[in-house]
Amino acid sequence: MCGIVGLFIKNPAMEANLGNWLSDMLIEMTDRGPDSAGIAIYRNPVAANQTKITLLSRDEDIDWKKLGEQLKKDLHAAFEIEPVLNHAIVTTDANADDIKTWLEQNRPEILVNASGKVIEAYKQIGLPENLIERFNVRKMQGTHALGHSRMATESNVTTEHSHPFATGEDLCLVHNGSLSNHNRLRTFLRDQKIKFQTDNDSEVAAGYLTWRLREGDSLEQALEAAMKDLDGFYTFAIGTQDGFAVLRDPIGCKPAVMAETDDWAAMASEFRAIECLPGAESAKIWEPEPSRIYSWQRD
Amino acid sequence: MIEIDLDKVTIREFNQQLHDLNGTDKKEAYKIMNPRGKHSVAVGADAPVDITVEGHVGYYCGGMNKHANIDIKGNAGPGVAENIMSGCVRVQGNTSQYAGATGRGGMLVIEGDASSRCGISMKGVDIVVGGSVDNMSAFMGQAGNLVVCGNAGHALGDSLYEVKIYVQGEVKSLGADCVEKEMTEEHVAKLAELLEKAKINADPRKFRRYGSARKLYNFKIDNARLPE
Repeated sequence: MCGIVGLFIKNPAMEANLGNWLSDMLIEMTDRGPDSAGIAIYRNPVAANQTKITLLSRDEDIDWKKLGEQLKKDLHAAFEIEPVLNHAIVTTDANADDIKTWLEQNRPEILVNASGKVIEAYKQIGLPENLIERFNVRKMQGTHALGHSRMATESNVTTEHSHPFATGEDLCLVHNGSLSNHNRLRTFLRDQKIKFQTDNDSEVAAGYLTWRLREGDSLEQALEAAMKDLDGFYTFAIGTQDGFAVLRDPIGCKPAVMAETDDWAAMASEFRAIECLPGAESAKIWEPEPSRIYSWQRD
Repeated sequence: MIEIDLDKVTIREFNQQLHDLNGTDKKEAYKIMNPRGKHSVAVGADAPVDITVEGHVGYYCGGMNKHANIDIKGNAGPGVAENIMSGCVRVQGNTSQYAGATGRGGMLVIEGDASSRCGISMKGVDIVVGGSVDNMSAFMGQAGNLVVCGNAGHALGDSLYEVKIYVQGEVKSLGADCVEKEMTEEHVAKLAELLEKAKINADPRKFRRYGSARKLYNFKIDNARLPE
């Protein structure tokens, strides 16, 4: 089991509520996944020549300022670091791949949670309510967000095994289900120079999409290909720069409910995580069909 | 009429109230407010009570129901009326996966659509769906009737035993060993009776009937094994 939620604000006047509403949704999914929790939120876009990166340190006592100075010196680029406990939001004009390579070589305890223009991602072990309180999620404003509550089945309970998993620029994935061919696929993807930080199956799905998108697929094409190559069962919610997409495996093994009003579109593992949203009583509600891609984006 | 507000009473408390009537012939009427997608609403009833649920429910509503009449004024999550024994569960909206799974008797009426595996392994329940059903419905169905006024998804009636399936609309594909069968006057009469009982308005003559071809392994006498 696991719980996944996604919320997309259609009415810009409602963006201030995003973090608060997503928090209610994710807390409702606590008993589907009390091992760890994570969110990805799309907000505060950086300038066209800049990249925003969410870093996560396995060491809680990290000196982010010192890290920023090191990065500036070695990569000869501007770095603005906003520390958020063991996470940090980095705005830079350096290349994201160069930063990843530098971190691997110099600071392997630091992971890249997400990178792009608008995405930020936070995750840790423990209950959703702890994550929400610790990172002040209720106060976060933005256009859309995903959340995940994990009940670990196939790999360890650690922060880096938590969802969401980044899958390329401004893309991330949360997953309910499990994949059976992830070891073979990980080996194949490593040969394609896709990097993995854990032995988690969902990270392989994220890496697979990263690979397809790098090869020039659209998100829709990448998901069509994923349906052929991923063996197992899954409901995915995938965050994109301007919206989100939902896909269930061809058997429709894992639950999913979707709902939409004039103000928002939402998906969740169960209806009770949508019921808490204002306007849910008059929303259009339906169960997404197996192997059909649903997506929303801003016009 | 006893009103139960699930914002104030826990599911466990309400279900216990129901179970306290089990085995009696008390005809209490309950109105359930604020279900909010909660799981296991009115599970395990065993008395001829009337239960109206004012909203959407989560997993397993009306599971193992015996004698009770349950009317859900909304959608139902996975496993509604799972293993129903008798009585009636009515869903005025849509249902999620495996509605009426393993049901042994009674009736499940879904006025909207049902998703995948509706009536999986049904063993005697009658299921009447006003809308459509999705993939793998009535999989391994052993006894009872599945009536679908709309369309059916892929692999309808896969590995079927003795369930009779009536579909008015399109069937995307039939599952292994499921075939179309002749609709005799006897079947038209039985279907008319089911539709009337379910209070679903449809013309029984517009339906096609599907059932088991009885060609899989278990149907071959040479494969029968007596206990040693």
